[in-house]
Amino acid sequence: MTVRALPRRLHAGTWWLWAIGLGAAATATTNPILLALILAVVALVVAARGSAGPGAAFRGYLMLALVVIALRVAFRVVFGGGFAGHVVFTLPRLPLPDWAAGVVIGGPVTAEALLAAFADGMRLATIVVCVGAANTLADPRRLLRSLPRALYDTAAAAIVALSVAPQVIESIGRVRRARRLRGSPGTGLRSVRSLLAPVLEGALGRSLALAAGMESRGYGRLGPAPTRRRRLGTTLGLTGVTLLSIGTFSLVDGALAIPWAIAVVAGGLGAGAGAVAAAGGTVGRTIYRPERWGVEGWLVGASGVAAAVAVWASGWIDPTALAISVQPLSWPALPSLAAAGILAAGIPAWVAPPAPATPDAVVASAREVTAP
Amino acid sequence: MIRFDHVSFTYPGAAAPALADVDVAVDEATLCLVVGATGAGKSTLLGTVNGLVPRFTGGTLTGAVTVGGRSTAENRLRDMADLVGMVGQDPAAGFTTETVESELAFTMEQLGMDPGVMRKRVEEALDLLGLAGLRHRRLSDISGGEAQRVAIGSVLAPGPRVLVLDEPTSALDPTAAEEVLAAITRLVHDLAITVLLAEHRLERVIQYADQVVHLGLGGVATSGDPAAMMAISDIAPPVVELARVAGWSPPPLSIRDARRAARHLELPTPPPQPSRDRGETSLEASRLSVTYGSVVALHPLDLDLEAGSITAVMGRNGSGKSSLLWALQGSGRRHRGSVTVSGQETSGLDPAAARRLVGLVPQSPADLLYMETVIAECDQADTESDGVPGTCLGLAERIVGALDTEAHPSDLSEGQKLGLALAIQLTASPPVVLLDEPTRGLDYSAKRRLGAVLCELAGDGRAVVVATHDVEFVAEVADRVIVIAEGEVVADGPTADLVVSSPAFAPQVARILSPAPWLTVRQVAAALGNPT
Repeated sequence: MTVRALPRRLHAGTWWLWAIGLGAAATATTNPILLALILAVVALVVAARGSAGPGAAFRGYLMLALVVIALRVAFRVVFGGGFAGHVVFTLPRLPLPDWAAGVVIGGPVTAEALLAAFADGMRLATIVVCVGAANTLADPRRLLRSLPRALYDTAAAAIVALSVAPQVIESIGRVRRARRLRGSPGTGLRSVRSLLAPVLEGALGRSLALAAGMESRGYGRLGPAPTRRRRLGTTLGLTGVTLLSIGTFSLVDGALAIPWAIAVVAGGLGAGAGAVAAAGGTVGRTIYRPERWGVEGWLVGASGVAAAVAVWASGWIDPTALAISVQPLSWPALPSLAAAGILAAGIPAWVAPPAPATPDAVVASAREVTAP
Repeated sequence: MIRFDHVSFTYPGAAAPALADVDVAVDEATLCLVVGATGAGKSTLLGTVNGLVPRFTGGTLTGAVTVGGRSTAENRLRDMADLVGMVGQDPAAGFTTETVESELAFTMEQLGMDPGVMRKRVEEALDLLGLAGLRHRRLSDISGGEAQRVAIGSVLAPGPRVLVLDEPTSALDPTAAEEVLAAITRLVHDLAITVLLAEHRLERVIQYADQVVHLGLGGVATSGDPAAMMAISDIAPPVVELARVAGWSPPPLSIRDARRAARHLELPTPPPQPSRDRGETSLEASRLSVTYGSVVALHPLDLDLEAGSITAVMGRNGSGKSSLLWALQGSGRRHRGSVTVSGQETSGLDPAAARRLVGLVPQSPADLLYMETVIAECDQADTESDGVPGTCLGLAERIVGALDTEAHPSDLSEGQKLGLALAIQLTASPPVVLLDEPTRGLDYSAKRRLGAVLCELAGDGRAVVVATHDVEFVAEVADRVIVIAEGEVVADGPTADLVVSSPAFAPQVARILSPAPWLTVRQVAAALGNPT
């Protein structure tokens, strides 16, 4: 007997953790088979667990990913000289002056060059698709809402900014229509000034009204944490940032042994988390209907992290397996550890509860439409 | 509950005080109505209740305002939030979140209320204001009446003792206004909340009020019982005007009481029908339709407008009134159909030529204004329409009276802005004039003035179209009414026939004196032989 999970929304953070995990896995490899595997897993989960509405948005990200690959390959074709190997075709070489020595435009284009560019573009495209999937599965505004309390003010500002931008665009349209009523064609430099004055005036008026509204609704009423806690928060925060900088730098540079570098990064992250907790830990603002992680949420997040860890570990064991081999040209290997990790990230397609139908997608609102 | 103790307030740089020695007390569970002409200081008085004035506006306030024992001088604005809920003139401007449900919770989150309590309160607010069906909707997708109710709900949910509302129904159609007012009276009666409310359209609210504060010239306030205040007020709804004409004292405030009083009123029958010389057809629309994607905003419609007529277009918010006006003007979206003015098609013209055929004053007339001074605005309009210099300013002064020509257009009152925008559009002397919601934010005297201007325009042989919610205004000026619902013409006919036959669109006088087809106080006064 199969029991269907009750549709419910997972915590926005779970999906973002999952997607960032897969994205991190993608950054570590140019192996087209692994990248294709990541894309397949993302597409599977979005198809299985995305709600009906924002499918169009995900298609938009897929298109963007294709454009990224095409651009990467096109750039290599134009600037790609200097890759030895099997010549596919030859472009006329553009003669450049002496000061541009080192830049080559045109010349022979090799299969190796094309393949390397394609793999590189595919890596970027995969990251784009991962971000797109996170966007589709969990509205970033929901993520902002569930940020820790210490970051609440920043999140509130970001949410307000997100809602103000469309209003400004709308008011530009309205003023332009009104401008045509006065007989000015609405183009040219002079019309820009006549357009900006009312739009800016309106935006300024709205911001003042908003500030007054937020203040009279108690925004900022529960002040900052007591001084001692705040000092503790600041100290921890600075320590965290310092440790993180040293740690990441030595990961890249090799100044410290890898385990040490990882330990320093972990320490930095811990200090940062402590800082956030210390600054926001007082009794104060509460959150309406906080989103829960739940067991499924942890599984979803963990599966994304597992993919990242597996791919990185696999690279540690055998770095060559993660990179596409172009010189000599050969069929890419399939490292089993990395592949297993990525496949594990497909688990949410079964364990995550289905998304509830959003009324937004169902209710088509017929509001007053004033003009085109 | 609210105590204004000798409150005087002067805006920074202003010569005269906006409020002068206001000494008024508002008891608990009272619906207190603040009345006064535009610029009398209604919004200023409301703002002092939670400290918005002077903390956000600047200026000097003397005296003391205390709410529930808490003084606004000693408490910050945000510290009054649990006691006073404030909704401004444009509720949508104060929205801080994305959806209806989270907006309702915003204030409670700021107050740090327990999540369990918060959840319950949101559900209660949804029910109390009839918003349950909208809970997941985006705030950008809801109508004006819904936005007003969401704004009230969001300040109401934490359980304040005082609610301050600035013109809550001015942008709403009659039905939506009824809904909002019904919700407010329920709050006063069931939850014993004190409501302080400012409103221009007294005919909508006066019957619900327990107390009236009148702000006169120079910010002098008088307060008292609604009937007593209405007997002496310079601003009165048609029902009170009628009582004055008929000599009823004290004046009735509701239709019910007025009908009882009217049983003894002897009136000749039938009332004189307003007649205006009709010219030939000046605008002809055929098979005109408007669509936005798959939404049909206007179903195919044929329309003839005669020169010298005033036509009112009515219908609820979102019914397609604005779409019709913009499509008639020619620059709006159009699916099919043609509109000709004196034989010339209005769409596809260059803006300057279109202006000479049809003049449109949009819903927010300020969109038309963009210069720094009134005089620069008028000169610009003269250049734009190749008019004789001074044409526009002359028109503007004929419409709104003397204007401070060096003032910034955004500092003008709503009525003056509208008058200036109308003058700018009239500079091109178009034979057809369209106005979208012109009465929004106008007080009775400004509306009377606008009515006179429109009649004058019609007298000059122009065809005038007004899209509006204001039934009293329609009864005064229009000779033809078109009712639109969901983009279809539901009714089209002479004002007298139409507004009397439908209760939602009937003016107060018609409701009081039906079945006799009287529409305005002026008609009754003329019939009784004592013109006001």
